[in-house]
Amino acid sequence: MSIDKKITDDLVANDISFVTTVPCKQLAGVIEEIDQREEIFHIPSNKEDEGMGLCAGAWMGGKRPAIIMQNTAIGVTINTLATLIQYYRMPLPMLISYRGELREPVACQVEMAVHTKALLAQMNIPTYHFHNQSDVEELDMILKYTFMCNKPVAILTDANFWGGYGDQ
Amino acid sequence: MIRSEILKEIAPILRDQLVVCNIGIPSQELHAIDDQPTNFYMLGTMGLSSSIGLGLALAQPKTVISIDGDGSVLTNLGTLPTIGNNMPSNFILMIVDNGSYGSTGDQPTYTGRKTDLAGMARAAGCDNVVEVQDVDTGKALQEAIDAQVGTVMIVKCDSGNAKMPVITMDPVVIRDRFMKAVEA
Repeated sequence: MSIDKKITDDLVANDISFVTTVPCKQLAGVIEEIDQREEIFHIPSNKEDEGMGLCAGAWMGGKRPAIIMQNTAIGVTINTLATLIQYYRMPLPMLISYRGELREPVACQVEMAVHTKALLAQMNIPTYHFHNQSDVEELDMILKYTFMCNKPVAILTDANFWGGYGDQ
Repeated sequence: MIRSEILKEIAPILRDQLVVCNIGIPSQELHAIDDQPTNFYMLGTMGLSSSIGLGLALAQPKTVISIDGDGSVLTNLGTLPTIGNNMPSNFILMIVDNGSYGSTGDQPTYTGRKTDLAGMARAAGCDNVVEVQDVDTGKALQEAIDAQVGTVMIVKCDSGNAKMPVITMDPVVIRDRFMKAVEA
């Protein structure tokens, strides 16, 4: 089974039916898969804080949401995470492309990569790092954990997890 | 009219609807004028009233009214194409356009100069954009609710704030009673 299909199957199995995305090359396959699945309403957003607003509304309307974005978005969404998602205690799985890690070809991506885990730790956001493809086996448990505790939870997926970036 | 006078006038219309209300003084005014479990007060996160309202409208069938401001929409302009391309029939975005950042001391926004929010909404793909003057807000809002088509309302009014107390309700209480009202 492809990694994109496995991730999407886990989302569907956990009743996640509202997904917003801001694309990254590494995430292209999973975004395409989500777009094709009838069980999921896919709404692209223009910026990640906007996407978190959509997810907050969808959750209050009875749907389980998720956001798919790049780790640079952590820099964009700190305020939204603190004053909306955390302050009102809302669940939000964040499937994050962890750019700037091993096998990264673009130097500038490293500049946010070195801050990513520190920022998430500072925000007390539970954080999981998928480095090998087998790490995806934990996704189902992470999604259940997210909706158990009503918190934003970060799943960082690096280039090695996706099979390389630029050299794949 | 200033925003609080409009909110007073439309409170009987808002009372029966799900309302997502913008951060700062707009939420304080609505809370003081007519607190309802069907009101979701934003205590932070400037700019996201339209996004929260859109997500809520897409997730369930009841009518949702997002009360937003010109300054807040300008800070989240990406919301207009998202609304324009995904507009559900049960969503009304009511932008109170007083040409100023009311909660921070009435500094002017660009909508008081050359920027036209209605034109921007139309260009972003919003099909049903209505511009109204403050005194006509209630009539236009009721028409939008009755029409059952997604609507962006730009309400032109004067700059100014009523002096209202800060909301001290816990955010989780606001959110919990709102979700119960959504489900009811």
